[in-house]
Amino acid sequence: MLKTTPLNETHRVMQAKMVDFGGWDMPLHYGSQLDEHHQVRRDAGMFDVSHMLVVDIRGENVRDFLRGLLANNVDKLTLTGKALYSCMLTPEGGVIDDLIVYFMTESWFRLVVNAGTADKDIAWITRQAGQSAPQLEITPRRDLAMIAVQGPNARSKVWATIPGTQAVTEFLKPFQSVVFESYFIARTGYTGEDGFEIILPADDAPAFWQKLHAAGVAPIGLGARDTLRLEAGMNLYGQDMDETTNPLESGLAWTVDLKSDRDFIGKFSLQQKPVRQKLTGLLLLDKGILRSHQKVIIKGGELSGQGEITSGGFSPTLNQSIALARVPVELAVGDEVSVLIRDRQLAARVVNYPFVRNGKALV
Amino acid sequence: MMSIPAALKYAKSHEWVKAEEDGTVTVGISHHAQELLGDMVFVELPKVGRSLAKSEECAVVESVKSASDVYSPISGEVVAVNTELESAPEKINQDAYTAWLFRLKPTNLGEMDALLDAAGYEKLIAEEAH
Repeated sequence: MLKTTPLNETHRVMQAKMVDFGGWDMPLHYGSQLDEHHQVRRDAGMFDVSHMLVVDIRGENVRDFLRGLLANNVDKLTLTGKALYSCMLTPEGGVIDDLIVYFMTESWFRLVVNAGTADKDIAWITRQAGQSAPQLEITPRRDLAMIAVQGPNARSKVWATIPGTQAVTEFLKPFQSVVFESYFIARTGYTGEDGFEIILPADDAPAFWQKLHAAGVAPIGLGARDTLRLEAGMNLYGQDMDETTNPLESGLAWTVDLKSDRDFIGKFSLQQKPVRQKLTGLLLLDKGILRSHQKVIIKGGELSGQGEITSGGFSPTLNQSIALARVPVELAVGDEVSVLIRDRQLAARVVNYPFVRNGKALV
Repeated sequence: MMSIPAALKYAKSHEWVKAEEDGTVTVGISHHAQELLGDMVFVELPKVGRSLAKSEECAVVESVKSASDVYSPISGEVVAVNTELESAPEKINQDAYTAWLFRLKPTNLGEMDALLDAAGYEKLIAEEAH
């Protein structure tokens, strides 16, 4: 039996093609994944991301607990509503999950974690708290829904949908949030476009979705969500990193705070291990489509060896295939590599990512 | 039914086959197949002159979602390919039955009899949906 979000019936009425997405019955697209992708880059679209889990952690010294739990440093969060992207690591330095943590008050922090890892995350956090912070109350919030509204016109369309929101959200910077009535509104996203992620009571989600739709926000499926995040160069848990890979070899060194004295789970292991690989962008020069798990063949000299594509696909904005690949650290931007697709070796160039930001191609 | 033309034959692997008056056969993928795959972004066609066995992998259609092999519904020699699809793969989504992939000169036209007719193909789709 697949799990469903509060918007399941709404997706069906909107003619979504529904798929089993890690045990959740979710919309892949509502007609055309390509059209939906462009809709977000050019105007505004909305995603049901209620399969992701909001976890509230309340109690005394919650900040202390998160200092030890997360690889990024929650001491960077000084303003109410400020958000931070972080990995949660195993003692060996593997990635249990990547998440966003919001600072609400000194006795309340909010996490948003991935759907596929939610049960594992809750078990891990509960166990850690049991050892070092038994006073904390850890509450999975399945009573909430989450809708991401993304695109250059996303914010203005949200303002038109919820009266009063413009005044309280207009001056939010990226990675800031605010609570307004029953809405939690954060200027975050997973598309490389401006917009909000809005958390609200599950029961209110269908009516809110319909209002956004009436304001000209198109429904977008998880298919386009994946091509948008790939163009934006954002990691996908389970593909670009997992418990067997560490964040320093997954393009996430910027999220790991090794500078401060603070100790956190996984820190010791990360300091011991030499970094031999990295994530890089690839742009396919020949015709074809890069896909995850294809081998990257690096020719010549000491770099001779192999890498592997972790996420690949067609970039609707560039009209060309792009990928993230795990390769030896020495490989440089501009180098040419071959990718083994079926029985053929196709040429690709190593490029910096993101590939696309705010509607503009960067490669 | 509009999406399964009665004049065509179908392979279980979701190709359609049309017998032409000149003795060649034209092959494409069905409307149902393109619907399952989603927006097409790349097509790899066989070389003209290649000999294909029945059920041999001979082309690839890739959608935003995934790559999918196309099998030759009958044996024969490739006499033409629809190169227009290489720059406009979305034509398969627009009309799967005019966006043909390749044309064969059959080795044994009798193999056509083993293919499904429209009713048989409709039944197959219904079965696969369960």
